[in-house]
Amino acid sequence: MKHEPDEKGYWGDYGGRFVPETLVAPLDELTKAYFECRNDTEFRTDLSGFLQTIANRPSPLYFAERLTKELGGAKIYLKREDLNHTGAHKINNCIGQILLALKMGKTRIIAETGAGQHGVATATVCARFGLKCVVYMGTEDMRRQELNVFRMRLLGAEVRGVDSGSRTLKDAINEALRDWVTNVSDTFYLLGSALGPHPYPLMVRDFQSVIGRETRSQILAAEGRLPDILIACVGGGSNAIGLFHEFLQDDEVSMIGAEAGGRGEQLGEHAARFKPGAKAGVLHGTKSYLLQDSEGQIALTHSVSAGLDYASVGPEHAFLYDGGRVKYTSISDEEALSAFQLLSSIEGIIPALESSHAVAQAVKTAPQMSSDKLMVVNLSGRGDKDVAAVAEELGSDLGGTRLQ
Amino acid sequence: MSRIKRTFEQLKLDGRKGFIPFISAGDPDLETTAEIVVLLAELGADIIELGVPFSDPIADGPVIQASSQRSLDAGTTLGNILKMTAELKNRTDVPIVLFSYFNPLLNYGIERLVSDAAASGIDGILITDVIDDEASAISDTLAKNNIDLISLIAPTTTDTRLEQITQRANGFIYAISRAGITGARAESSSEAENLVSRIRRFTDLPIAVGFGISKREHIENVWRYADAAVVGSAIVTQIEKEKERAALLERIRAFTTSLLPKK
Repeated sequence: MKHEPDEKGYWGDYGGRFVPETLVAPLDELTKAYFECRNDTEFRTDLSGFLQTIANRPSPLYFAERLTKELGGAKIYLKREDLNHTGAHKINNCIGQILLALKMGKTRIIAETGAGQHGVATATVCARFGLKCVVYMGTEDMRRQELNVFRMRLLGAEVRGVDSGSRTLKDAINEALRDWVTNVSDTFYLLGSALGPHPYPLMVRDFQSVIGRETRSQILAAEGRLPDILIACVGGGSNAIGLFHEFLQDDEVSMIGAEAGGRGEQLGEHAARFKPGAKAGVLHGTKSYLLQDSEGQIALTHSVSAGLDYASVGPEHAFLYDGGRVKYTSISDEEALSAFQLLSSIEGIIPALESSHAVAQAVKTAPQMSSDKLMVVNLSGRGDKDVAAVAEELGSDLGGTRLQ
Repeated sequence: MSRIKRTFEQLKLDGRKGFIPFISAGDPDLETTAEIVVLLAELGADIIELGVPFSDPIADGPVIQASSQRSLDAGTTLGNILKMTAELKNRTDVPIVLFSYFNPLLNYGIERLVSDAAASGIDGILITDVIDDEASAISDTLAKNNIDLISLIAPTTTDTRLEQITQRANGFIYAISRAGITGARAESSSEAENLVSRIRRFTDLPIAVGFGISKREHIENVWRYADAAVVGSAIVTQIEKEKERAALLERIRAFTTSLLPKK
């Protein structure tokens, strides 16, 4: 199986570049700069230094002893991306891209954000390296994530509300692309997931694959062998591909990507792009599986977790799905909420609602495996940002029997 | 010979330059769109661009975004747009170019689109987010059916790409006046003239300039150095302002007349 895209940025039928002509030159410039840095010793040394000092890497691989006992099956490890600076895996990619932006002499950074995690991580690296930062965010998301809006502003970023469409992540990406197409010469678009036009899916995956590389050496140190199964949640898919990529050639390692099953099977009620009957399409510069109506208009999506609430998915995941290398499942809002509470109460770790989808998949899968099997769950972010939303979702349950 | 090619040859013979208005198909509804097309042709449009509405129009400014959304809200589909243009064939012979994002076309099916578009009197298709590198399969199928795939060229397009794009291009070249999204601007761009002269080094195809052309002096300026001017948002703004059909047509007549230099 081939894991590098071709020169046009395709993994099989997925990926490529579907953008206005104006963006081709900046994408070519970015691709050239990225490929120069990709194997450059100095760039890699800088990157790994900053990953250590800014992001607090390596993140621990943590044996979830009580969760393992509770579920009574595979031995469960959590890859603790929640312990990174800014609270999620997003910072890995932001450090990589901002070093590239500096190398390219760009002075203005733009980004999109859904829940605000990528926006906060971008604002953080911009503050650290002294670059101007504009973050686009749907006004509906701004309302739901007020705290992150304030956090970004505190970090010196300008947050621009996007009032079009569903006023969420998809619309924020539209607006960031419109900004980029207008300000191509000085602006660097710091895209937050493994999607968008080539070279973004490749570049973001590379910057996130530090997760898998660390996991390999940590599990070998702890157990003397590779894990049997990896589990991660999949929105755009950057934390998942970051964990999976390192192991794609290891046939003995199986992988599950958990999508947002939302609150129902109907279009508009979930963000599960790989449901049976799914169809490929083009959104935001890339060809991949895409939730769309019968006319090819992009469908609205729903998930309790803003970070998974997106109509498309990174193209490499589409390729891995078709080839069967990774299995994709969907986890409902309800299952994610219950995993959120379980991990909090049993391990003392409050997971992000996104990561709670991965935990919920572990709850389903671990009991079906024997106790000599090893499972790694990517805990992609911490749940502090979600506490208020969860309290609202659970209503009286939160103050009820479970937490007494 | 395609009707687009014939149109530009005729313009050349007459010593005139072209006027290409853009409207979103289905805003406010397809019946009105048909009336607007007939009216614009009567007022002197040489080619008409019909926008296929899309939920996520990343290359468009606020005016066309809103127009596209109104069209979707009215229930416009690609199939209905093609039905409308098929009926228009009896009323006007102005060439029609569909202006679309890729996903609605991909979803419709490229083979099906090409045969339906050919049967519906579509002369050209312009796909905002399909760059030359992705266009080969589509342009070959279109060419077999006498439909031109219109190529966009931007100020950021390099000479290497210009050479590649102009080799495949047919119909006319759509030169984007400046880096950015669609929408009216106060000043016309000097970048555009440089771009047009760069394009001329690679092709003899007619060149239309669009994006930000909203006033008579912009059109006069473009006509100095290019073959046609595309006006989009400025006309779409007129549509936004009037609900009632007869009044809307009157408004468009008055605006378009004021826009066009006296013959």
